[in-house]
This record gives sequence, structure tokens and C-alpha cells, in this order.
Amino acid sequence: MPTVKSFSEIQRVSVEPSSDRILSYVEAIREATAMEMRRDQRVVVFGLDVDDPKAIQGTTKGLWEEFGKDRVFGTPLSEDAMTGVAIGMAMAGLRPIHIHIRMDFLMLAMNQLINVAAKSRYMYGGTVSVPIVIRAMIGKSWGQGAQHSQGLHSFFMHVPGLKVVAPSTPYDAKGCLLAAIRDEDPVIFVEHRMSHYQKGIVPLEEYEVHPGKARVTRVGRDVTIVGISYMQTECLHAAKLLEEVGIDAEVIDPIWLSPLDIDTICHSVERTGRLIVVDTAWTSCGASAEMVAAVAERLSGIRDLKLVRIGFAPSTCPTSPTLETAFYPNAQKIAKKAFNLTEERDLNSFPSNSQISAELDEAFKGPF
Amino acid sequence: MMLNRLYREFYRIRRVEEEIARVYPTDCIKSPVHLSIGQEAVSVGISEALKPDDIVYGTYRGHALYLARGGSLPKMIAELYGKITGCARGKGGSMHLIDRNQGVMGMSAVVGTTIANATGHAYALKLRKENRIVACFFGDGATEEGVFFESLNFAALKKLPILFVCENNGYAIHTAQHQRQALLNIQEKAAAFGVPGACLDSLNILELIETSREYVNEIRRGKGPRFLEVKTYRWREHVGPGVDFHLGYRTKEEASPWIENDVVAQIRSMLDDRKCEQIEQQVEQEIIEAFAFAENSPFPDETELLTDVYGELNSCRR
Repeated sequence: MPTVKSFSEIQRVSVEPSSDRILSYVEAIREATAMEMRRDQRVVVFGLDVDDPKAIQGTTKGLWEEFGKDRVFGTPLSEDAMTGVAIGMAMAGLRPIHIHIRMDFLMLAMNQLINVAAKSRYMYGGTVSVPIVIRAMIGKSWGQGAQHSQGLHSFFMHVPGLKVVAPSTPYDAKGCLLAAIRDEDPVIFVEHRMSHYQKGIVPLEEYEVHPGKARVTRVGRDVTIVGISYMQTECLHAAKLLEEVGIDAEVIDPIWLSPLDIDTICHSVERTGRLIVVDTAWTSCGASAEMVAAVAERLSGIRDLKLVRIGFAPSTCPTSPTLETAFYPNAQKIAKKAFNLTEERDLNSFPSNSQISAELDEAFKGPF
Repeated sequence: MMLNRLYREFYRIRRVEEEIARVYPTDCIKSPVHLSIGQEAVSVGISEALKPDDIVYGTYRGHALYLARGGSLPKMIAELYGKITGCARGKGGSMHLIDRNQGVMGMSAVVGTTIANATGHAYALKLRKENRIVACFFGDGATEEGVFFESLNFAALKKLPILFVCENNGYAIHTAQHQRQALLNIQEKAAAFGVPGACLDSLNILELIETSREYVNEIRRGKGPRFLEVKTYRWREHVGPGVDFHLGYRTKEEASPWIENDVVAQIRSMLDDRKCEQIEQQVEQEIIEAFAFAENSPFPDETELLTDVYGELNSCRR
């Protein structure tokens, strides 16, 4: 795993947007893609259904019309070969973006991603680079079920040579995608289906949100809550619930999972002494486990620590609404855990008993 | 002229492989080797039809292809020795040879993987309207992988400038093709996916060259991908320097027609002795120098361990 130091040249906390231009996450992705395709002839976009009428939730809408079918095309149902094709294109000097409407489908591409994309620069002695972007969406809600719901980003964090990013806002979606396309290494770009509905400030101009820098999204003193991908949204809602009971949470969005900005997280935990990492994935050997372990390694013996991971229940994702609700973390569950960690007692409900999560879920009307 | 050049290529590859086999027991070579002895004609014959700026992708049994395409011999031996002067700075070994200057893209130890990479490379060449082609080499085992069929389909669909070359030596490690495949004509399977081609014998080098030229020309004229299945035979064991007839999965009788009709000897017999001896002396000298270069080169410094895991911004070492 690269240290943050090796990216020092490009490190800067992306300035908080001053624009008042509002876009959805979907529009931000589309804008970044089109912008970079105009700027750089080498960028090509492909994947199952990228040129169909639904255009990957709209993220690729209008692209083939503007850039032609040679640079934007739907592929045969061949994830393994098409990933290999992307790698070959990249080694030949193109900048491919390969899109998967579900992250689960990446399992069909693992050989190429792990054995070729991640390894090529190293095993060929630095004579090739593989600048590919793999966009993969984590599904949720309305009974997506076992094979349309997995957050498998930790698989890729495990392997040297890959970068992993999971932007949670439209601003970061645009900035991270531009940075990912321009990056010399393979980047797994994790989108969450629920994040697609988010709206937020997105400046018109180009900007990059660079690898290896997290963002503190809410300053607080009592407990540090790290929210990965869509869980960032839930964590910010949890912080509001906690505010009602007098707990001041600091919330961090890691944005890039590899390289991971563990410094920013440690810095916060050094003050609060309490860390909750919330992932839209299982906890075992996951991104949350990695963060908790890294913080423990760094701060053990320096101060007392309370460390918690929250993620999917340790089961396959069910489809029935009652089971699905139990399966996923949400703002209420996060806030209750944070309360317990801070006050050392349980709280049954918060004054407003916010329905925030439910409202977000309402935005999604099936069928997929 | 062509025969002189061919003899030099064949003799050079054969002798490099024999020298690797000879040196191997001394443990100077720090990498498993999959020798090309007996299969040289596939790489040499098809390279004869390619232009210098064409691209090739190969496999872990890639010494012959690397050398036939002009890959640096000293860098290859240094790579086998694990030295910093190797073609992959001592980080790839025998199975991951590469020489970008000669259009030799990296070779892979996972069977079939480079087929898709070669296909993607061909897409890039076509998109940029370059008049170059890709030749993609793989074994009979690779044609059982899903990626083979997926790549054929895509290459045919997009009419990509790629020559698929199946180097059929009849075995995947120790298992014969008929124990693994219901239909033995691999070229026909490719044809079913829309990639026409032929099945040839590596012992007939002149026919192999002629057909390769024909296909390469068709590909260059935009006719789409072509397929060559070339029947050949591995003389040595799957991995390592020795022979393996004692294992019992194949017999010396099966090997003997291939060895008796050895292409290297065939070509030598067509040339005059003095010319051959001259070539041989030059090649022997080159081999001595390459091994000496490897011997005398330093191992990578420990700091090399963590370089080239990731790239720096906008730079890629050439």
C-alpha cells in the first residue's frame, strides 16, 4: 500500500466548493466523463449497456452521440475478456473506463484485475502502466438481494498495485473520477446506487480530488465516525441524531480507500479516543477492519481507545423488507452505537427519531 | 538470404535454450524456465511475416517469441538470473519477459490471460487508425479458458487487426489434448466464432511463413482477425531443463518424428557448411557475452522492492 507521503506532490485538501451549482451524483459522473473525453482523445468508455436507452442510470447518457461508437460502446457479456481488453488498451496508450452496473459482476473479472492489472507495472519492471478506471456500483434496496448488493471494495484494497476510491457526494464523484482517469494506475471506482440520487454543489470547472486524502465532513470532539461510500450519508445523519442528545461527533469521509489517509483518521481519534467505522460491506477482513487495525497499531499505548466496526450483518443480503432492514446499517443504528460508546449506556430512541434513512430509501422506486 | 537469417534465428534460440538447460543445475538461474526447444518454428515463422513495429503477446513459454522478435538477449538472461539489468529489473523472471522497444509485450504465467490483453491492444491500434497489427501467441490449453472464446467473439465483432496463434504442442503440462477437449480441431472452433484461419505443421516452416504472410496482409487490409493453429512438439519437460519421458505420460516414439525432422537441422542442410559455421560462431559468442553480462550484473538493491508498485504522476519508466 502506498504511503500518503509518496503522493505528497499531489496532496491538497480539495477546497470546499464555492459554487452554487447543484448537480446530482449521476450528472456529476456524466459531466466528468464527457469533460475528460473532450480533453483527452485517449479516453474510451465501455461496459454492458453503456450505450442503451437507460445509459447506466444516466451516467453515460449522451456520450456515444457526442463521441461516437468507437469510443463509447456496449460490450458482449464477457466481463473477463473485456477487463483484459481494457488492460491491453491501457498498455497500448488508451485510458479506458470499464463500467459495471453491479459490483458483484467484478467477480467475473478478478483474474484480469488481480493477476494482470495490479501486477503489470511491477512484474514488467516499470515498463508498462495500466491506467484503467473500473466503475462498479453497489446496489441496495427494493430486494436487490444476494448478488446485486455486495460491497467488495476490500478485496481490491488488499492487493498492491490497485487504487480504490468510493466518493459519497456529487462533488467528490466528479473530482475523483477526473483524478482516477488521469491516474497512471488501475483505479476501482466504487459508486453506491443510493448515492446516485444525492444532489450537491458541483463547480462547472474541472478539478481533481486526489488519492490519499480524506475529508473531515463534520468537526466534533466526542467520537470519530468514519463513513465509507453511502454510509457517509448515514453517518452525517447519525451525527445530527447525536447532537439532539448532546454528543458531538466528528465525521470523516475517507474518499480514497487505497491509498488510505490513515493520518487524518488517527489525528481525530487521538483527540476523541473513540472510533466507529461504518462500511457498506461486511466487517470481516473489510475496509473497516483495516482502518480499526491501523488506528490501533498507531495509537495503542498513546491513549485509551474504544474501537467499533459497523457493517452488513454477517449473512447474505436478503430480499424481504424486514430482513433487509435488519441487514443494513443506518443512521439510527450508528447513532445508538456512538451513544453507547460515549455514554457507556444504551439509548432506545432519539428525540426526533429521525426518518432520514427511510426517506432516502423512498427515493428508490423499483423495479431496478 | 532468408534462409541465412532463418538459420541464425533458429540456431540462436535453440542454443540459448540449451545453454539455459546446461547452466540451470548450477542454480545461477533464479526462475522456473519453460523451454521452447522443439517449438521455435512457431515464433520464428510468424515473426518472419510481421513488421518491426507490430506487437506480440506471448506466454510463460516465451523465450523463443521474445528472441525471434528481437528482444535483448543479455537482458533476458539477466532477468533469469534475477539481476537489476534484466528486462523486468529482476522482478518478472522467465515467465514475464518484455521488451517494449521491440514490440514484445509482457508475457503471463496465468494461461490465456494475454489473449484478452492482445485483443485490447489491437482495439487501440484500430481506433488510432495505425497500420500495425498484433500477433497473439498462446497454447492449446489456453483455448479451454473462457477468455479465449470471449476474446475471439469481440475481435471478430470489431474486426480487430489481430492474428491469433495457437501453438498446439498437444499437452497441457502432462495431460494430452484428447483428454481435455471433445473437438480437437482448434482452428475450426475459432472459425465458428467468426475468425477464419488454418491448421499448419511447424515442421513445414516455409508453408508456415507463406500462410502467415497471407494472413498478416489480410489483417493489415482491414479484413479482421485471423487464426493460425500450428501443431508443434515440446522436446523437454513442461518446466525445467530436462526430458520427461520417464514420467510415462508420453513416449519417445511419439517424439521421434518431431526430433528426426527438426527444423533447425532441415534449414542447416539447405545451407553451405561454411556459412553455417560462421553463423554458429557469431551466435556462440553472443551467448557467452549474454551470460557473462548476467553473471557480472548486480542484484537489485533492497530499495527496489517497493518501486513500481504504483506509478508516479504522469511518468512511466521506459
